[in-house]
Amino acid sequence: MSNDALRRPSVAALVWQQFRYQNKVFWRTPIAAFFTIVFPLMLLVLFTAIFGNEEIEDLGITTAQYFTPGLAVFAAVSATYTNLAIGTAIARDNGILKRIRGTPIPPWAYIAGRVASSVYLAFLAMVLMMGAGVVFYGVQIIARTLPAALLTFVVGVSCFAALGMLVAAISPNGDAAPAITNATLLPVAFISNIFFPIENPPRWMEIAGNFFPLKAFAEAFRDAFDPTLTGPQFHWPQIGYLLLWGVVAGLLAIRFFRWEPSAGTTSRRRRRDKSEPVAA
Amino acid sequence: MAAIEVKGLAKSYGDVVAVDGVDITIESGEVFALLGPNGAGKTTTVEILEGHRSADGGSIRVLGFDPSTGGRAYRERIGIVLQEGAVERELSVREALSIYGGMYPRRLDADHLIDLVGLTEKADARIKTLSGGQQRRLELALGLVGDPDLLFLDEPTTGFDPSARRQAWGILENLTALGKTILLTTHYMDEAQHLADRIAIIDRGTIVAEGTPETLGGRADGKSVIRFALPRGVSPEEVPVSAITVNGDLVEVSADSATRALHELTTWALGNGLELERLQVTRPSLEDVYLELTGEQ
Repeated sequence: MSNDALRRPSVAALVWQQFRYQNKVFWRTPIAAFFTIVFPLMLLVLFTAIFGNEEIEDLGITTAQYFTPGLAVFAAVSATYTNLAIGTAIARDNGILKRIRGTPIPPWAYIAGRVASSVYLAFLAMVLMMGAGVVFYGVQIIARTLPAALLTFVVGVSCFAALGMLVAAISPNGDAAPAITNATLLPVAFISNIFFPIENPPRWMEIAGNFFPLKAFAEAFRDAFDPTLTGPQFHWPQIGYLLLWGVVAGLLAIRFFRWEPSAGTTSRRRRRDKSEPVAA
Repeated sequence: MAAIEVKGLAKSYGDVVAVDGVDITIESGEVFALLGPNGAGKTTTVEILEGHRSADGGSIRVLGFDPSTGGRAYRERIGIVLQEGAVERELSVREALSIYGGMYPRRLDADHLIDLVGLTEKADARIKTLSGGQQRRLELALGLVGDPDLLFLDEPTTGFDPSARRQAWGILENLTALGKTILLTTHYMDEAQHLADRIAIIDRGTIVAEGTPETLGGRADGKSVIRFALPRGVSPEEVPVSAITVNGDLVEVSADSATRALHELTTWALGNGLELERLQVTRPSLEDVYLELTGEQ
């Protein structure tokens, strides 16, 4: 027994192992990799083609300089919010979470590995987006505001990872999770000026946009790449607002998280298992 | 020391009583089957022992642990083969065994396990390409990867076709040779009889019978039944043993001592120049016992 305790893998090793394994699963799931990495890049190509990469008059910066940070935020939110919600809910439907609960890995270490993987992929998606902006569209990176950009990014993706786990917790099954994430992320992205700035929006739209955390994330991150602004660009109210959303979402996710599929869940896999006898 | 000691286990879901005072003792190295119809309380009982659910009442010791508080140290020593478990389908068989194996202080070699469950040719295949039977065999390997002292097998062959079941039984027989304590649930009588050292029949949340496959439900003490066709021209009254019933042209003798009754019958038949056609002696089958105890038809 003491011998077992000595050879027991450390929690850090278990988190690292889960992190690597979740990354592997992500790259082998083409639809997730496409929507997280490729799709936002396609939007950048489309927007600069549609609007032309000229200086936007009211803002004094180019189209790409405006859109690239916003789309980087969009990609990062896909990597955390959407992927965590869908991936975790499907893993629960399939019985993977239940299996994990029967193994020695501490449950929080498993969740930490999943979240760390999504944060890493968000970082990768953001770097690819900004890199594409710099290389192909002349986007400027400002050394003076990089600390603010990084801090905003870390707080923002943590907030959306917590929201993703909350959606996973409250989704009745794996089919509901993509419905919830798509029905929330896309409209909120529109009213948060991710796709294009809305001039003189109706009052309710402005209130709704200010309520959800995506606009705070996008504005704070985008201003860190705005060459017309001065100062270090730490947007403390926005960062604080993201933290508040993240903490509340995280607590609710912990409160409602379930490891077992809800009764009566019939995932594709289960339906197939029931319908025909298992052959050798 | 007993591997599992359960006394007075109780669990309800709302008004529905799932398990109602179950007592089970399983010795180390024993293969124990919990046999019962669907909804009898098998899975609830096992999931409490696995630590997946908490009990409403009763005392539970498994490998010296209380499963609900045993945590990591407890889970390092058990293996669970879930009825509807799964792993990420994008991984290969070998990757899954290496990841899950990495969670345990002791672990069995992945290649050895792959051979044991007959997945050698699929070792590097993605799990999503495996057939249903192959996925269940992978489940079994995952249950064993931490070299557990105690293995839970929840309905290991439910939904298998007959040849897949035979194959799975072959693998499970190899396991019993490793000396692991195994608690298996099943609703197939032949499976329990084939694999288990000891069987408990559970029905409506209580254990209604317990014993070895040979003695379960008083089978060892039960009466033998001797059957033969009544010879032509002989009336039932002339048969020289008591406790007979006539069923069509078949005579059934219920005997405490089959040897004595057979001796009397054959002496009588030979003395009168009669042939006892279709003569057979049977003992109550496990199926008879099971159906009688669970009231299933």
